[in-house]
Amino acid sequence: MPKTKIPKKNKTRSNASAETMAAGQRDISVSEFFAKNRHLLGFDNPRKAMLTAIKEAVDNALDACEEGGILPHIYVRVLQINESRFKLTIRDNGPGIIRSQIENIFGKLLYGSKFHRLKMSRGQQGIGISAAGMYGLMTTGKPLIIISKTKKKKPAHEVILKMDTSKNRPTVISDLEHPEDDGLFEDGHGTQVTIELEGKYQKGRQSIDEYLEQTAIANPHAHITYVTPTNETLEYPRVIDELPEEPKEIKPHPKGIELGTLIQMIERTDQRQLGGFLTKDFCRIGATKAREICKVAGMTGQTWLKSVGHTEAERLYDSIQKTRIIAPNTDCLVPIGSKALLAGLLKEVKAEFFAASTRPPNVYRGNPFQIEVAIGYGGGLGRDDSAKVLRFANRVPLLYSQSSCSSFKAVAETSWKNYGLTQPKNSIPSGPLVVMVHMVSVWVPFTSESKEAIADYDEIRKEMKLALQECGRKLGTYLRRRKRMARESERRSVFERYIGEISRCCHSLVGADKEKLYKALMKQAKRRTDEADAQLDDEGNILDGGGRLGNDEDVIIVDRMQDIPEQEETLFGKTAKKKKRKTTKKKTSRKRGAK
Amino acid sequence: MAKKKTTKKKTSKKIPVKTVSSKTSRIVDKKRDAITTKKIDALATSIVKSSLGQKEPSFEIPTRSVSNMKYNKKKRILEMGSNTQTRSLFNLGQSRKFMQSLLLAKGCKELIQAEKTLSLRGMYYMGLHSIPGTKEKTFNEQSESDGILEDLEVALDGLREELHIFAKKRGTMVGNITVVDNGDEINCRKMGSGGYAIPSICEPNVMQFKNCDADFILHVEKDTVWSRFNEDRFWETHNCILTEGSGQPPRGVRRMLHRMHKELKLPVYCLLDCDPWGHYIYSVIKQGSINLAFESERMAIPDAKFMGIRSKDYERLDLSDEVKIELNDRDITRAKQIAAYPWFEGKREWQREIKTMLNNGFKMEVESLITKDISYVTEEYVPQRLKEGDFLD
Repeated sequence: MPKTKIPKKNKTRSNASAETMAAGQRDISVSEFFAKNRHLLGFDNPRKAMLTAIKEAVDNALDACEEGGILPHIYVRVLQINESRFKLTIRDNGPGIIRSQIENIFGKLLYGSKFHRLKMSRGQQGIGISAAGMYGLMTTGKPLIIISKTKKKKPAHEVILKMDTSKNRPTVISDLEHPEDDGLFEDGHGTQVTIELEGKYQKGRQSIDEYLEQTAIANPHAHITYVTPTNETLEYPRVIDELPEEPKEIKPHPKGIELGTLIQMIERTDQRQLGGFLTKDFCRIGATKAREICKVAGMTGQTWLKSVGHTEAERLYDSIQKTRIIAPNTDCLVPIGSKALLAGLLKEVKAEFFAASTRPPNVYRGNPFQIEVAIGYGGGLGRDDSAKVLRFANRVPLLYSQSSCSSFKAVAETSWKNYGLTQPKNSIPSGPLVVMVHMVSVWVPFTSESKEAIADYDEIRKEMKLALQECGRKLGTYLRRRKRMARESERRSVFERYIGEISRCCHSLVGADKEKLYKALMKQAKRRTDEADAQLDDEGNILDGGGRLGNDEDVIIVDRMQDIPEQEETLFGKTAKKKKRKTTKKKTSRKRGAK
Repeated sequence: MAKKKTTKKKTSKKIPVKTVSSKTSRIVDKKRDAITTKKIDALATSIVKSSLGQKEPSFEIPTRSVSNMKYNKKKRILEMGSNTQTRSLFNLGQSRKFMQSLLLAKGCKELIQAEKTLSLRGMYYMGLHSIPGTKEKTFNEQSESDGILEDLEVALDGLREELHIFAKKRGTMVGNITVVDNGDEINCRKMGSGGYAIPSICEPNVMQFKNCDADFILHVEKDTVWSRFNEDRFWETHNCILTEGSGQPPRGVRRMLHRMHKELKLPVYCLLDCDPWGHYIYSVIKQGSINLAFESERMAIPDAKFMGIRSKDYERLDLSDEVKIELNDRDITRAKQIAAYPWFEGKREWQREIKTMLNNGFKMEVESLITKDISYVTEEYVPQRLKEGDFLD
């Protein structure tokens, strides 16, 4: 290589030595890192920060209740102190938190039960609520106030916490028993968090109201009480008196881990030999499979883990990739279920047609997941806007970063034109439509720590599209049927109009009995349009009263041609036969069969 | 009829013998009316019967379309095939038409009973009202009732005249003939500049011929050309009858031509524009029209001849460039359609004629001859053709 002379710059440089540099190098605490990069956690602006804080608290509260086997009742209060300062209070009726854990849970980032295990839950990393507390502390200087009651007989305990960001360690300011707060917990147990923070309250899209409304949709078993900054109390009542099944925890699937994780697991395991490590610390590996993996890696089941270094780990990793291993167990997933989904949607969305579809579980990168979709169409929904997409992950509504979310893309990629809707190219359909996409997984692949959008895995998007198509087909059937019914009634009215003329003509021509002829023709007109009603539909099935959809347990058709007073929730569960004319359609719903 | 025959003009004085009311009754043919009434009643009765029997009320209408058309090579006329279409009440597309058909059938019967006739427009008004309880009118426009009446004609196998309906009259006539129209004697030699308007009903009971000295009939396309001939007293100098049909000749004119051709044995020559439209007019006069194929036998004149304008006339007569009217796409498709009609298909001269026109790429109107001289058409063109016997058949 020819040497080129670089002209030296006559600039004084600091010319730091290794020693001087070392003086500036020190540990960065996680909490300090996040304090500087709070946007990563969803605290970018005051409005979003307040929503994120509520979201984290409510998610934790719901998780806690469900784990404790308690039907959740969540109380949320947003109190405006001044222009830009708010006090958030979130209270649940969960099992409470024992005193010694309070400061760790609320005061330490990355502390929690949820990160290391593979179990479906709302929270994942253990960052959320402590980050909210930290944000509050940074913007207002006010500490977190936690009141928890674990047993009826034990008095409520109040802990006031500050967080030492440089050490990722909580500082307890006050720690007192507060028997007078027992009244907060009607059930005798629960937790209340109060955060004061700088925020901004605004209604509309991506608001607290929207978040709670959607949470109510995805959690029909929860009762949510919300006191708005204007001191209004909104109730989102419970419509399903049954807790979802508790999800099972699973071990990682060998195909779902990366090399680094594998090395870490080898370092941390209690097992001493390779065979035991493979069979005990992973799912879906038995003795035979373990032997196969070991053999390919040039090791045996008896190989001591101590002797497994980096190169061996790499060989092991390659060997795992080459070996065929069955997909992970999927009983760790608890979807909302079509029935509950419909109940939730029916409660909050004023549509006339609802359909839901729950896909069978599938696997991405070794993580089991499942997709559910529900749609609402027509009724009081906006006719001219484009469809609304409600996105959920493990029952948590996702409000931000819609367009980068896999579920949004799936909705846009589905061809809704086939189902009788209009859809601009490369976009979501337009018309009175609400689409709800829910993904449950032991590990939801979010695009960022603030958990705003689901990452775009082919397997996930494919499942979403299949579920969307299933609902779309039902919608198409409904719309076609509605059109056909309109046509039939139109047909009948045309006949009725002319029958009078004809009987009068026949009367004056040949003296036929006007009345008799009229009645005979009317009878025939009715019969003929009835016949047409019962004609075979486009797929060759006989249409009965409610049509094919009338027997579909995953479909609800509601008469919302007129505005309906606020009492929908009482109407769910009632069964009534749908009548032929669309204006007299009654609500109908069917019990979901064995899934 | 012969009894009424008088050569004297004063015979018109005979007419006051009959009263005004009996004047209308003169067109009444009791026997024929009875048959028509019976047919209408039969239609209504069958509808009543099937209605009361809970069967679909319907009736058959012979199809009036190209698909149901046959060219009878022997008779050289268009005839209607045997295809029919069913018009039923309980068919959304036909329901309204079904009602309208009955309404007009009822109207026709009333007309027959009252011994009166009405125009097509009159029939439209007769059936017009709004359906009780709605804002829907029984007919939205006259074209709707016109179509239904044509359906009714074929369905009842009765002619328009038999239903006591006549079309708006169109077409003019002048020439060496005296006719008796509804009892009035009309000398077509003395019709001034306006001519005798050919009535829309020219059936023998209304119209009789008398005193014809003409040798042939010259039919021209439109009124403007006809006026030229009339002003030049062409019919006098050439001893003929001069008719005009204002474009596509209406039934009255065609019936008149047919009757004069058949009964008075007069050859018919047509002077029409050199364009697909003119060719089709000739085709209708000669073979009958698709829409009225059921009447071809009474209207078509298979021996009618096409005199001009010929596509070769531009060169033959050395016409100026200005008379050219460019053929548009529609003209070209139409010309090709006409060339493919079975009655033109085997005629080499016609094929050549249409081909020449297409090759020329322009059409010409009869009036284009005026560029030569105002009276060129009457003094040179037609006499020349007649002399040479230069016609297309």
